[in-house]
Amino acid sequence: MNTEKNIKTLIVKKLLKLDCGKTIKDFPIAYETYGSLNSKKDNAILVFHALTGDQFVTGINPVTNKEGWWSYAVGPDKAIDTNKYFVICSNVIGGCMGSYGPSHKDPDQKIFGTNFPVITINDMVNAQYNLLDHFGIDKLFSITGGSMGGMQVLQFISNFPDKSRTVIPIATTSSHSAQNIAFNELGRQAITADSNWRDGNYTSNNTNPGKGLAVARMAAHITYLSKKGLQEKFGRKLQEREDLKFGFDADFQIESYLRYQGSVFVDRFDANSYLYITRAMDYFDLAKQFNGNLSEAFINTNAKFFIISFTSDWLYPTQENKDIVIALNSIGADVGFVEIESDKGHDSFLLDVPDFLSALKNFLDKSYEEN
Amino acid sequence: MKNEFQVIADLIEKDKKVLDVGCADGTLMKFLKDNKNINIRGLEISKEKVQECIAKGLTVIEGNAEKDLKQFPDKSFDYVVLSQTLQAFLNPELVLDELLRVGKKAIVTIPNFGYWKVRFHLLFKGTMPITKTLPDEWYNTPNLHMCTIKDFFYFVKSKDIKIFKSLALNNLNSSIINESNLGVKNLFADLGIFLIEK
Repeated sequence: MNTEKNIKTLIVKKLLKLDCGKTIKDFPIAYETYGSLNSKKDNAILVFHALTGDQFVTGINPVTNKEGWWSYAVGPDKAIDTNKYFVICSNVIGGCMGSYGPSHKDPDQKIFGTNFPVITINDMVNAQYNLLDHFGIDKLFSITGGSMGGMQVLQFISNFPDKSRTVIPIATTSSHSAQNIAFNELGRQAITADSNWRDGNYTSNNTNPGKGLAVARMAAHITYLSKKGLQEKFGRKLQEREDLKFGFDADFQIESYLRYQGSVFVDRFDANSYLYITRAMDYFDLAKQFNGNLSEAFINTNAKFFIISFTSDWLYPTQENKDIVIALNSIGADVGFVEIESDKGHDSFLLDVPDFLSALKNFLDKSYEEN
Repeated sequence: MKNEFQVIADLIEKDKKVLDVGCADGTLMKFLKDNKNINIRGLEISKEKVQECIAKGLTVIEGNAEKDLKQFPDKSFDYVVLSQTLQAFLNPELVLDELLRVGKKAIVTIPNFGYWKVRFHLLFKGTMPITKTLPDEWYNTPNLHMCTIKDFFYFVKSKDIKIFKSLALNNLNSSIINESNLGVKNLFADLGIFLIEK
């Protein structure tokens, strides 16, 4: 999946005990940075990526040659202004853009496949914490991310309460819902049902469960959009044809669009990583880590929170974001919240949504000035 | 900043924790934060106003006082401020109870329907009064439960709510309201400001 060139890697020497009970060490974390760390080392922002993201937040991703996943939000003079801030992002463990994952080899030089340990959101952030030591950063200015990135934000500040001044979870949840798990299971079933998956050993068998992975991506992609957004963009428009063809080719533009999304995803993503990362999301239940009391997760932090949701996001709806606000308010934490009007669904946080981008920028810049 | 906000700010000591319910564009919040070192939070229903607060660097939660005050613990703020909004709620009594639960003290201001210009308007014109503090027509006003200073004064007394200070505001002049001058203040003030506690 990844080409070794252009990928910066930190080898973590320390032992990391995973939630599953296994321990890993000497493992790689692939990362990228933007902007520069100032002499006081107080301008660093750690960005966490979502399910299919990677460390290449903005600019051209050197592996895929496409725009970074958060190009609208991160860059010079953008909401997360890299003229001002030092942005760090790393590939999650379990991923496939250079960090330790199922496509790596085990100590016996055999590709892990499904023998890679099952990882959790907690394991991901504990691994990424090593980047602070690597850069000599005592306290981050901010941590942020949307979707699964937001889950990592919540877990990070819970694990390391004094390691960030501000905390911005976006379009996320503190606990994966039955509906979230159901959609992820659909994706995993599509992958494992592909005969080329070979119990996860497709690389050594020279096969690739591309069809299964593409179906997983297509199903997931629908959950990232809103009904209204889909209707406005595609409606019942036909794909390069005057009339229905009375067959099972892609008659409708939406079919063609989804097929395209599935096919390009297969070129850049590893099927086993998709299994591992969706599993990590499904296992995420921050309140459960604190005997059902979400507030307890944040009891030790003085960080300033800003939570953002989107009106048309039905995957991580406003109410689930507000539950985090409620948990914070009940312990008197410093928390702001805004729901952004957008018909672009869950994907809104990745797109050009001006109200969102200006809220993010204003919050960051004003908070930074206050230091 | 309008005179009402100056009077409210004068009621709040330095370094306190304050919640501004219906904080609008955050003008009062910003003043309290910058001039009195107040740890200030806002609750605001309008998305545009929330954005204006964020642009001022203020901590604000988008929400509705009738539904969202319940998430705050008892007595978690030194003061809770509600400016000219009580009459716009479906259930003002419930909101008042919530303000006094969340705040050690509450500062509530009400546009006075007993103000002479209001009375005069209805008496002589025979149409719903429109004044500086009540600018909307009957068909588009957000106000559902108009009351007078006298109504509010007796209402809080009936609920065993302690009035620390009640002020009548008329343009730039504020004056103390007490039981003996209540009738006069009710006629000549267009705004009542109450510092209360339960």
